[in-house]
Amino acid sequence: MLDLKKIKDEFKLKLGKKLNLSEINQIKSDLFGKNGHITLEFKNIGKIAEAERKNFASELNLVKGELQNLINIKVREIENIEINEKLEKEKIDITLPERNFIRGKIHPVSQTIDEISSIFSEIGFSVAEGPDVENEYNNFTALNTPDNHPARDMHDTFYLDPKKEKLLRTHTSPVQIRTMLNDKPPFKIIAPGRTYRSDSDQTHTPMFHQVEGLHIDTDINMGHLKGCLNYFIKEFFEVKNIKMRFRPSHFPFTEPSAEVDIGYEIKNGKIVIGEGDKWLEILGCGMVHPNVLKNVKVNPDKFQGYAFGIGIDRLAMLKYGIKDLRAFFECDYRWLNHFGFDPLDVPTNYRGLSR
Amino acid sequence: MKITYDWLKDHLQTKNSENQLLQKLTDIGLEVEGVESSTSDLDEFIVAKILKVEKHPNADRLKVCEVNIGKNDLIKVVCGAPNANKGLLTIYAPPGSIIPKNKMKLEVTKIRGVTSYGMLCSESELNLSNESDGIVELNQNKYQNKIGKKYFTKSKSNLIDLSITPNRPDCLGVRGIARDLATAGFGKLKNIEFGKINHKGSQKIGVKILKEKNHGCSIFGSCLITNVKNTKSPKWLIDKLISVGQKPISAIVDITNYVMIDLNRPLHAYDADKIQKGIVVRNSKKGEKFQALDNKEYKLEEGACVITDSEGILGLGGIIGGTRSSTELNTVNVFLESAYFDPRSIRKTSKQLNIDTDAKFRFERGIDPLSVEKGLKVAAKLIKEICGGEISKIDIQKTEKFKLKNIKFELELLEKTLGFKISIKEITKILENLGFKVKKNRNFLDLQVPSWRPDIEQPIDIVEELIRIYGYGKIKKIDPIKTRDKSTLNETQKMFHFLQRSVASKGFQEAITWSFTDSDTNNLFKNDKKNIEILNPISSELNVLRNSIFSNLITYLNKNLDRGIKDISLFEIGPVFFGINPGDQETVLGALRSGKVSRMSWIEKERDIDIFDIKRDVIQTLVEAGNNRSDFFIDDKVPNYYHPGKAGRIFLTKEKNKVAAYFGEIHPSILKKKDIKTEALVGFEIFLNNLEFQKKSLKDKKDVYKASDYQKSERDFAFIINKNFRSQDLIELVYNIDKELIKNVDIFDVYEGDNIPDNKKSIALNVTIQSMSKTLKESDLEKINKLIIETVEKETGAIIRS
Repeated sequence: MLDLKKIKDEFKLKLGKKLNLSEINQIKSDLFGKNGHITLEFKNIGKIAEAERKNFASELNLVKGELQNLINIKVREIENIEINEKLEKEKIDITLPERNFIRGKIHPVSQTIDEISSIFSEIGFSVAEGPDVENEYNNFTALNTPDNHPARDMHDTFYLDPKKEKLLRTHTSPVQIRTMLNDKPPFKIIAPGRTYRSDSDQTHTPMFHQVEGLHIDTDINMGHLKGCLNYFIKEFFEVKNIKMRFRPSHFPFTEPSAEVDIGYEIKNGKIVIGEGDKWLEILGCGMVHPNVLKNVKVNPDKFQGYAFGIGIDRLAMLKYGIKDLRAFFECDYRWLNHFGFDPLDVPTNYRGLSR
Repeated sequence: MKITYDWLKDHLQTKNSENQLLQKLTDIGLEVEGVESSTSDLDEFIVAKILKVEKHPNADRLKVCEVNIGKNDLIKVVCGAPNANKGLLTIYAPPGSIIPKNKMKLEVTKIRGVTSYGMLCSESELNLSNESDGIVELNQNKYQNKIGKKYFTKSKSNLIDLSITPNRPDCLGVRGIARDLATAGFGKLKNIEFGKINHKGSQKIGVKILKEKNHGCSIFGSCLITNVKNTKSPKWLIDKLISVGQKPISAIVDITNYVMIDLNRPLHAYDADKIQKGIVVRNSKKGEKFQALDNKEYKLEEGACVITDSEGILGLGGIIGGTRSSTELNTVNVFLESAYFDPRSIRKTSKQLNIDTDAKFRFERGIDPLSVEKGLKVAAKLIKEICGGEISKIDIQKTEKFKLKNIKFELELLEKTLGFKISIKEITKILENLGFKVKKNRNFLDLQVPSWRPDIEQPIDIVEELIRIYGYGKIKKIDPIKTRDKSTLNETQKMFHFLQRSVASKGFQEAITWSFTDSDTNNLFKNDKKNIEILNPISSELNVLRNSIFSNLITYLNKNLDRGIKDISLFEIGPVFFGINPGDQETVLGALRSGKVSRMSWIEKERDIDIFDIKRDVIQTLVEAGNNRSDFFIDDKVPNYYHPGKAGRIFLTKEKNKVAAYFGEIHPSILKKKDIKTEALVGFEIFLNNLEFQKKSLKDKKDVYKASDYQKSERDFAFIINKNFRSQDLIELVYNIDKELIKNVDIFDVYEGDNIPDNKKSIALNVTIQSMSKTLKESDLEKINKLIIETVEKETGAIIRS
């Protein structure tokens, strides 16, 4: 019994000192090796008197357990230190630049078209398309703008043939004609796309983007038109309130016709939509002229509805604070990167149009 | 249309403010484009006299003038006008003043080394006329004593610029605008008393309208005013004209302009003594010449409506008069014309000759045919009042009788279009105030349209009139219902949006460039397509529709290189054209990459961008779009703008139906021609119209899910094979040896050079073998190994490398 306590105290003392791994291994073998102290004690169990044997064995196991535990702790301690020393040596400058990852950007006009499509999708409009090259009939005549009509002056048209029968569409309105000629009412479409006018200055580019809207059914009136545009403008500018004004105007293909202004003010040099007492014209609209419906074989006594045309580039400029229209088409890499949108940033209804 | 509130008040009894006026004009569809304050800005323009003129020491065309502006010291002004001569009385603008035409604020500036204090003005700069050839020449007698005084007498009323839509010719006269305002409750339209005219004698100059095909004149009214003394207009008239930006000329001309602006009734005054043997209104003959009041000679096409006498053309009816018969200060007898010219004819002729005048602008929109006589009377009476003389009887020649339009207006249409009702009382009041004659019936109105409203043709036009006056603001909005019966996008549109974002996510910036391009660049990319020329391009650099998506993209890529940006990835998705007809276009996604990968990177090795970068981009995009990589077939037949040895085309299936995409290095000769300086330039094109859309149902879009849990084995093989043998075919061959067991074939090394014979290469394959039904034994694997080696050697002539 004395031996056991002596062994325990002696080795506890040894293990209390600072040790390296080989010293520990020495201690391990001194205790538990073939001729180790503990091993020998176990061999001695048989020699011990029957009455004391049980006690001795239990005591021995306790001492064994305690010392083993101490050794394990010591080993872990040393391993930790060694690992830490190794890791310390591996330390690098994590402020060095990361590997390059380049994601491209979506052009603001494309993003705006997707936003518009998303908004109108929610109220049941489908997206229609038409060709960039149009014939004179679809672009003008069918839209109640006969030859020699002064309204044609407002469109500086690019022509492709001397007879002036083929042209680059001056607006997206011919998509109305194509849609109605190819299908039967009701119609509920928007048609975003490229449009062309021979005009180039600070605020005009020879190519620009419009979105056409058309809703024809048996009972669609100007109240629906107003409601639809009010909804669109509110959603698009992502503001709670919008001041909107309908102003009488004239387009040959709608009657009555209106231009729509939205209220804005300038705050800290930036335009704020929906507040203030200044007005900004943003689109033209009206009830589709009966002559247009007749031209596309839709009975104006049975069907009626509205149409509108919005300048997409201008909307994008207003929403995203882009000052120069011409920059849209100059493809300056820095500009594209600055005003472009992450391709993962897809405008949706459930998530919201923009981040 | 430029008006002033003062002028409006000639016709309108109102106490409203100018701001209320501006609001109301806009509310009823007469959009206010701008308001110019005509007072303070013009105060600074001073009558001045040039006392000394010297040649500018450093510029041949310039002069240095010493000018008396009514102060003790003379002012030095540099001037380029040819008529800046000693002794000239003209108008001087001091530094700080704002030039009306271009709104430029003048500053003291050095012009070629000589300091100029202010400026001498031309009429055009002061918006007095279009005369810009020289500086203003003021009448010596009149202005001799006014040196140093303000040139412009103060006008009280601001200039209001209205944008009148082309359907409203009646509002090209002040009275028409007043009528609309009064109808909308903005004051009361004044009834203008018109005194009696004492006509003396008949109109002695014979007038005849030739009834030809498409003749452009249906009414020609005229009268003579004899023994007049043409003079400068009285102050009220001069002020009036100046207040709306018109330049006063002489009483007779000013009166015709006044009547035109006031009543929208264009007139023309001839010197009656210059008309030879009566007037014939007829169609022009091809090649006829005519000297117009704008000092230009016009050579006419056939069919223009001309006013002629026995010696030839006096004027282009409704467009512009001629110099031969114009009135002058010494004119004694005046022949006054008031006619109705056909809008289509006016438009055709003025477009042919490219003439724009106030009269033309009005006639092409449609003048009130019943205003012919009234216009003559008002003008003749004014001429008599100002210039004296006697007025003859009025002569009116007509080729057809004008009929007033009648419209049956069902009241139901109003509610159907607007969504609400307007009371019959209100409707009647609005229409009557606008000049309609209204007869009430049970459910409809019989309406007679006023002669000054050519735009009103059918019931829907009446709806617009009513709501325009009643107020667009009163239309109640009906909120849209959130339902969707049809899908928003079709398959092609979905693909468009998907590809756009797929390519952008691979590092490409989306560009939008013109659909037209420069033909020289286009020629580099058009391959076998034809140039599609634009008849009236905006510039010679944008003269054809693009045949390729690259024509503009490469130019803009180069511009970015010029900006010092080196590693560029740009793409555009949009139309390219192959014909002149609508629909001769296809949608293409084109992408270009230039420069290096990992340029100046501390961690990666930098290298030039290459064809396998762009191949990854295009293949991955096509795969993301729902196509199966293992179905692709790729060969090397490409258009001539690609490097012939480093480019390919991709078919989505082995059937090789339509080319889905091209990819590769851009031909070096194009880089040379476009002077593009970059380490490497690669690109791809995806042809959206050639992609086939999966029409499978959703659950069939993906194959049935199968995965094996049995052990898989990998085996490596290296073959020495003909250099020209395409790796795609080798992979295909190996796959087909056992479609059940061979799950994957990868190339992990390609080697040519030492130890490999000329014309040969070594290709190393890694083949994954796995069974769906059991763990393969070593003997099974040996068998398939052997089969792979045998088949490849046999089919391709390759030799396995030991």
